[in-house]
Amino acid sequence: MSDTEERQAAPDGTDADHEEPGTADSAVEEAAKSTPRGIPLRVQNLRKEFGGITAVADASFHVEAGSLTGLIGPNGAGKSTTFNCIAGVHRPTAGKVYFQGEDITGLRPEQVANKGLVRTFQIAREMEDMTVLENMMLAPRGQVGESLAYSVLPGLRDQVVTQEEDLRERAWETLEFFEIDHLAGDYAGSLSGGQRKLLEMARVLMTDPEMVLLDEPLAGVNPTLEKKLLERVHELRDQGLTFLLVEHDMDIIMNHCEHIIVMHQGKVLAEGGAEDIRNDDRVIDAYLGETL
Amino acid sequence: MSNSPRERLSVLRTRFSQGGGVNDAALLLVTMLALWVLFAAVGMYLQYDTAGVLGTVVNMTFLVAVYALAVLALNLQWGYAGLFNIGVAGFMAVGAYSVGILSGDPGGTPAGFGLPLPIGILGAMLIAALVGLVAAFPALRLRADYLAIATVAMSEIIRTTLLARPFAEITGAGQGFRNFPSNPARTLYYENPGDVTSEPNAIGEAVFGVFESLGVARTNLVVDLTYALLLLVIVGIVYVLSRRTGNSPFGRVLKAIREDELVAESLGKDTRLFKIKIFMLGCALMGLAGALWQGLGNQSVNPTTNFLPVLTFYIFIALIVGGSGSNTGSVLGGAVFAALLFLLPTYISNIVSTFNLTLPRPNSAVEAVTPLFSADPMPLVGFVVANIDSMRFIIIGVLLVWLMQNRPDGLLGHRKEVASSVDLMQRDRKRGQTAATDGGRSQGGESDE
Amino acid sequence: MAVSDRTSWGGRFLDNPAAFVAGAVAVLLLLDLVRRLVTGALGPATLMTYLWTGLVIGLIYGLAGIGLSLTYSILNFANFAHGEYVSVGAFSGWSTAYIVAGGSIATLGDLFLLRPPAGRVGVSITSAPLAVVVGLVVGVVVTVAMALVLDRIVYRPMRGAEGISLLIASIGVAFAVRYLLALVYGTGRPGVTAGTRRFFVGDTLGLGRFIVDSHQIAIIVASLGLMLGVHLLLTRTKLGKSMRAMADNEDLARVTGIPTERVIRSTWILGGGLAGAAGFLVVLTQGTIAYNIGWLLLLLIFAAVILGGIGSVYGAMVGGVVIGIAQQASSIWLRGPWSDMTLPVTFALLIVILLVRPQGIYGGVETT
Repeated sequence: MSDTEERQAAPDGTDADHEEPGTADSAVEEAAKSTPRGIPLRVQNLRKEFGGITAVADASFHVEAGSLTGLIGPNGAGKSTTFNCIAGVHRPTAGKVYFQGEDITGLRPEQVANKGLVRTFQIAREMEDMTVLENMMLAPRGQVGESLAYSVLPGLRDQVVTQEEDLRERAWETLEFFEIDHLAGDYAGSLSGGQRKLLEMARVLMTDPEMVLLDEPLAGVNPTLEKKLLERVHELRDQGLTFLLVEHDMDIIMNHCEHIIVMHQGKVLAEGGAEDIRNDDRVIDAYLGETL
Repeated sequence: MSNSPRERLSVLRTRFSQGGGVNDAALLLVTMLALWVLFAAVGMYLQYDTAGVLGTVVNMTFLVAVYALAVLALNLQWGYAGLFNIGVAGFMAVGAYSVGILSGDPGGTPAGFGLPLPIGILGAMLIAALVGLVAAFPALRLRADYLAIATVAMSEIIRTTLLARPFAEITGAGQGFRNFPSNPARTLYYENPGDVTSEPNAIGEAVFGVFESLGVARTNLVVDLTYALLLLVIVGIVYVLSRRTGNSPFGRVLKAIREDELVAESLGKDTRLFKIKIFMLGCALMGLAGALWQGLGNQSVNPTTNFLPVLTFYIFIALIVGGSGSNTGSVLGGAVFAALLFLLPTYISNIVSTFNLTLPRPNSAVEAVTPLFSADPMPLVGFVVANIDSMRFIIIGVLLVWLMQNRPDGLLGHRKEVASSVDLMQRDRKRGQTAATDGGRSQGGESDE
Repeated sequence: MAVSDRTSWGGRFLDNPAAFVAGAVAVLLLLDLVRRLVTGALGPATLMTYLWTGLVIGLIYGLAGIGLSLTYSILNFANFAHGEYVSVGAFSGWSTAYIVAGGSIATLGDLFLLRPPAGRVGVSITSAPLAVVVGLVVGVVVTVAMALVLDRIVYRPMRGAEGISLLIASIGVAFAVRYLLALVYGTGRPGVTAGTRRFFVGDTLGLGRFIVDSHQIAIIVASLGLMLGVHLLLTRTKLGKSMRAMADNEDLARVTGIPTERVIRSTWILGGGLAGAAGFLVVLTQGTIAYNIGWLLLLLIFAAVILGGIGSVYGAMVGGVVIGIAQQASSIWLRGPWSDMTLPVTFALLIVILLVRPQGIYGGVETT
């Protein structure tokens, strides 16, 4: 990101110390708004410190609409922290996160999700004492029945029932899409690790997301399910959904993502297509450093 | 939606049977009937007269109803949302005192405002809910075990404040509070319900007459019976509303909060809002339970003996017995606890005395235990029977430990109700047939092992 | 890490105002205290009495709190039966003291049951020091034994269960033990200590005259001695160091191969023993004993532990003394009928600490 651009965009030319977010804000916001709708997610100078440790140091990148973008890096590169800052789990120390031109920095997880930016978890977190269908039905946004009055009062409950019948149909269809509809009535706790990952993906889809953040969706999944999961991701991407995929496994990212961001020591080390990354010495060094 | 009567009927049936509504209602009815038979049998065995037998049954019914109410309220908070509130007794105290202060006689001591009873009860629920709102702040921020400590502290704050002399003019402090409005059953039967010497009105005359011809001359008992039955109706209403709360998208989010709050948030649910709502609703119902139980029911409260933290634990045990997370289990647990664990042991001493065993009555635990060395267990048995009150608590304690070790899902089994307003296994109206044939089994509500 | 991060900013709207108000109230009260001292509304002797009695009762809270804090952090649950450990120490200790001191004035059984009136038996630190010391030792030993037995039959089968299940089980234990005591000793509240020597001190220091009795001195000597012992155990022995490691981070301790079960057993021995001692000593200062004596203290002990920071042994000691003194000193403001508000205010303080600074004064150790 260039400093000059930022200054030019500042409305009244207040020459600000851009360390200070308050003044740089307007400029950055302008820049973000001017970005085409084609870039749903933009991360600018993101920084996160825990105590004295800097986990993410001024990372900037963006994700293009309808892409399957990969975020990789060796252990401790700051991927997960970046991910959590975007998803609202952590509050960034500094920097900005924009989603569809809107500043979502420091919003709470549910606020981020309600913007249409929905995440999955590295270790699939199902509601074990809820059935697969209950898990699915939990997800959709804007359910009238989430209001206590609508759930309880006789006249209003009919609307809840009607909406739930529609959602139920969508839930079944989504489960069929992921080929786990035979598990619909089972408790999520009884599912295998791979089935849980599929359920988690299916559940995210039920929220009708604009973009999905996938946190190591393939960790601990057997090859058959891995193939199935990746096929589904591609299919959804082809339908226009945007994905940001955080992975530890280099091969998966190389083979499936059209755009790759490599993080190292809290910073963005390299960006580009699989070919660029493969030939980037810095990336090789970073990964070699880890294996040594 | 559906026009032909037949379709309408089928829709109705699906909705009603959702969550095993019919089966569960039948189970509750059968339980109540069985308890009535049991307690009537106990009364008859002890050779009570008709009024005595009826009194035994009425007493039990009252206790079952009030426990069921309190347990339903706790189930919404703990069973659904996992909010570990062990300040139940405090919220019940708020409800009981509020109804007394709002609707009590302005001429009594401590003076009440004399508002109509329905306003008093609604006010009591509202005030309990507002106190719940204050307590909800810890609920939002604290881990479950911290919340436990905060809520038990809250309930002791409430109780000790009610006991404090500076507020004696409002609460009666150490004297307790007795200026409660008459309960609706008394109002139904008497000309001037507030006056102990009042004559019955026309309805009263008629009803008392019927009972007198059956050998029950005690009019107070008839009033108590009516009130207990009224309470059962209220339990029914609260049960249906709790089911609706649970079996809905709202209840689904509550369950999700209990299971994994971060996931619920990541799916866009504002969990804090849901927690506040359910905490307030639960507290309002606890306030209702307090108002109807110690307030209108007992007509007398004293913080030195009522609303001790022990009461909270009774309600917890009842919920754990029934299986937390299930509304039907809550009512069952309340009934089983109140009737079988709480009340029945008090009759044991009387029942044992009918055996003509002439048990020894040792003076102390030492006198009870020492004969064991000469292989004489009878003094110990006699001592235990004579001290059934303490024994009851010991048994309850041991039962609680046993439950947590062996039946964490509740004594009556795993009773998770599927949180939805529709039967999820039944697919769309158009496709319902196919779903049913390819193994779509109706589920929810029924115990599902 | 993730969790603590979230709690801290989940409350960012509440955090600062609440802490600010709490701080402002504390400063105001302190200023008012100075004003009262200067204007003579509060004599120095009265203040010293509050501080002294607060210290005595606070050390007992602290003693009991150490055990609660250790079990909370090492076994990961809030032990609601801890108050009953205190009660068992009190009853077993005082039964022993009665038997030692009572001699032949009543049957052994009656002495055991604390039946003869306190005046006839005459247990006090000055009239029967041996009875008091033996009582304290037996109280500790019996409580330790009970703690180990309860761990074996209740908590060990549940090792690894979530904190709430253990908490509920501990409520069951509390019920069973409390009413077992009621069954044996009855539900009265007999006096068991005889009067003892009182000294007037303070004259020479210019603090006014206030009363100190020999029981209070005995309590201070005993509790400071026990606390010193705990300190040496935790800092000088390998076992103690492993216990502190476990209190800080159980997973870490497991990875580095510290024998967990042994540490857990030691925790119960230490925590149970100190609770038993606290039970015996609290009767020494209160003079009466009742089956629910520990339960009535439990919330105050919790307050001490939370104030000090769960998992921190020294925090529990300091927290205990602060709560003890705060409780006594509250009489400066809560006078006459308002003294009834002492308990509500203390409990409210507990909730405020939980909200404002859940990690306690000695923060840092927040075992989530």
